[in-house]
Amino acid sequence: MSIPLSWFIILATLLFGIGAFGVLVRRNVLVMFMCVELMLNAANLALVAFARSLNDVGGETTVFFVLVVAAAEVVVGLGIVVAIFRRRHSAVADELSEMGG
Amino acid sequence: MTSLLATVAIPDLLVFLLGALLCLVGAVSILTVKNPVHAALSLVMTLFGIAVLFIELQADFLAAVQIIVYAGAIVVLFLFVIMFLGVDRKEDLAVEPIVGQRPMAAVLITALMASIVALGLIGHFDVGPATQTGMLHGGAGNVADLGRSVFTTYLFAFEATAGLLVIAVVGAVVLARRNNPDDHVAESQVEELA
Repeated sequence: MSIPLSWFIILATLLFGIGAFGVLVRRNVLVMFMCVELMLNAANLALVAFARSLNDVGGETTVFFVLVVAAAEVVVGLGIVVAIFRRRHSAVADELSEMGG
Repeated sequence: MTSLLATVAIPDLLVFLLGALLCLVGAVSILTVKNPVHAALSLVMTLFGIAVLFIELQADFLAAVQIIVYAGAIVVLFLFVIMFLGVDRKEDLAVEPIVGQRPMAAVLITALMASIVALGLIGHFDVGPATQTGMLHGGAGNVADLGRSVFTTYLFAFEATAGLLVIAVVGAVVLARRNNPDDHVAESQVEELA
């Protein structure tokens, strides 16, 4: 018998939690971005596990689209990071506080 | 727990444990390493672990795409930007910019994870009929299933991703372009305001 669904969901929960913790705690914008990717991957893992468990191809198709959107998101996000770095010469989130009042 | 272990085949168990270990070690080291380049390499480790778990779940195509797109393209893009900006110096992790930020984040995330697990334990999800968008066959049939689904049920969404990718590429070029005369005007205005 194969691995139970609950093991995958618990693992996906752990990965999502670690990613969310990283977004809240780390200060380097690039590392925060990597933690967002980690959260996306945790969601992908849960989707594939449910697709397998329910024998429905829709979950895997959704993961396919999440991959496309993640690629587009990284391209635009890193473009924004480069644009900010040009002006402020910093990639630390705490130093980008011009709009903070 | 021992009865549960007895019902799982040993090879499946080993593959799952290997994948889970790769994922968790990689994820924790993204949090703890100081150098962004090392964080990107830890991300590769996590993504590879996820690909191993996809193979365990018989999602062969997604495992291959995970390696090619994520570990190949996206992480290389990260590394490229890290090198390009020259921000690969070490970050001092001992400094806590907002007092109590880390304990509060830890409490929040623990509550989040506990509530997800509790929902899974006590909830009874009504998932409807067993198949809505087509059956899923494991192994070699997986690519055909996924292709049939993408090019029939999800055809419009698939076509829309073409537009999304074009917009993303154009947006990245506009954002990262150098020597835009409008930028100088904007910068001088910012300096005047400051």
